Amino acid sequence: MTLAPDMAPPGTVLSGSTVLSKSTVLSGSTVLSKSTVLSGSTVLSGSTAAGSSANPGKLTDLFQLGLDAPICLTWELTYACNLSCVHCLSSSGRRDPRELSTGECKAVIDTLERMQVFYVNIGGGEPTVRPDFWELVDYAAEHHVGVKFSTNGVKLDAKAAAKLAASDYVDVQISLDGATREVNDAVRGPGSYDTAMRAMRNLADAGFKGFKLSVVMTRHNIPQIDQFKEIADRFGAQLRLTRLRPSGRGADSWDELHPRPEQQRELYDWLVAHGDQVLTGDSFFHLSAFGGGALPGLNLCGAGRVVCLIDPVGDVYACPFAIHENFLAGNVREAGGFESVWKTSTLFSDLRKPDTGGACKSCGFYDSCRGGCMAAKFFTGLPMDGPDPECVQGYGEAALASAVIAPRSSVDHSHRTSPAPRTPLEPVPVTIGRRRPPAHDCDESPLAGFAAGAEQGCGCG
Amino acid sequence: MAAAVSFDLERAWRVDPRVSMRPEPFGALLYHFGTRRLSFLKNQTVLAVVRSLADHPSARSACLASGVTDAELPAYTRALAALADSKMITERMPS
Repeated sequence: MTLAPDMAPPGTVLSGSTVLSKSTVLSGSTVLSKSTVLSGSTVLSGSTAAGSSANPGKLTDLFQLGLDAPICLTWELTYACNLSCVHCLSSSGRRDPRELSTGECKAVIDTLERMQVFYVNIGGGEPTVRPDFWELVDYAAEHHVGVKFSTNGVKLDAKAAAKLAASDYVDVQISLDGATREVNDAVRGPGSYDTAMRAMRNLADAGFKGFKLSVVMTRHNIPQIDQFKEIADRFGAQLRLTRLRPSGRGADSWDELHPRPEQQRELYDWLVAHGDQVLTGDSFFHLSAFGGGALPGLNLCGAGRVVCLIDPVGDVYACPFAIHENFLAGNVREAGGFESVWKTSTLFSDLRKPDTGGACKSCGFYDSCRGGCMAAKFFTGLPMDGPDPECVQGYGEAALASAVIAPRSSVDHSHRTSPAPRTPLEPVPVTIGRRRPPAHDCDESPLAGFAAGAEQGCGCG
Repeated sequence: MAAAVSFDLERAWRVDPRVSMRPEPFGALLYHFGTRRLSFLKNQTVLAVVRSLADHPSARSACLASGVTDAELPAYTRALAALADSKMITERMPS
């Protein structure tokens, strides 16, 4: 999610046709439908310039101070999942016995309706394996809370697809991380490519236009971007691309999956050329520091400001990629519920304070990337006020060389039959000059813009 | 601002029934459930204008009643044009 007309340099083309300048914007719009998001994704368009006298401040700055309610809220309904994706940001697999009950979930929806949260990004785990999944989706729609849910497609048969196609309030995001069976299944597991393709075919056959095909960009699938676009076009879907985060099991696969530096440039160029056709959950704002113009969306970390995460047991985290006690703001089961957590938690208050820029402040590109993704930094052992580990100006590599051991989340619901992490959990000394930290150094993940897809979205997608 | 402004201030408008509007300290957020688009209003005056559109015979009347000056009118016209372009507000039959 993201909305940042003011961040765009003069002449930047957003949404394909609208040129924004730094003058005051009285109104603007963002495509969230993502998602993503978070993502997700948001495209600014239709902004209107007006006299500066009406300008109360840059929108990005206003959002930075937080909103009365989140724009994009990610809600992971269950940690249960039929898959064991190697980059799962929530280390899902087994259901948590403390999972919110159907009644408790409905109470959360009541709260969201009261707070006028326009829609939620539902994920997991695999949300559709909850027996009450469809009941909760219907309840949300009846209470004017829109739903976009992320799924690997396991439950999307022809009947479910027909039901979804008939609803204005429900959007669907199918996760696929390879345009070929080989690339996808290496990350998401055997059979997952066929499952996703069958689900998309069912949605297309049911007449569902514009559902989302959501892809986490990795070293192995960046060469396939155009193929993903072809798949989306074939099913009448919209492509959504999001950033890989070193969160959850993504910590263990980060070193092997995160894009190489030259691939980041390739991805940025592709997004600049096709930005109006894809959603990103605003998750690639760190790429804006390439200097060729900001990408569409809110180039700002929305954690705790415009986005947050409710996990399956009701814990509220600053963003979907930050499942770690350091980013835990409260629980919806506490007195006051979610609304109280959003409005009064000490953590969120701290996150809403203006950025100081820290070590990045003297960088000429700070206004473009704002220091990057909080979660990516945290789970690679970097300080919050320093560069992103994938800083495109190269400051990340230097910082990683002296990074402390990265924290790991204690929240792990991985299937016990999953392959053990290839790296030891014990701290390992980092050698000065190392280009990247050992894989075990990284651990979890947050969200960047908003969207948050169930998998690796950033904000609202 | 490249887009040409084609908004008729003399006609009657209203917020689309599928739009939800949430006040915020800086103005308001709007979400259209049909298009799944989010928009924002950046100050209280434009919020007042949008909220009162349905009560006025014309958009110009709504602007003037909310205190928009002649000098400011072009800017507010562009804002309304953007909202119309994204289907957040739609023309209605004058009452």
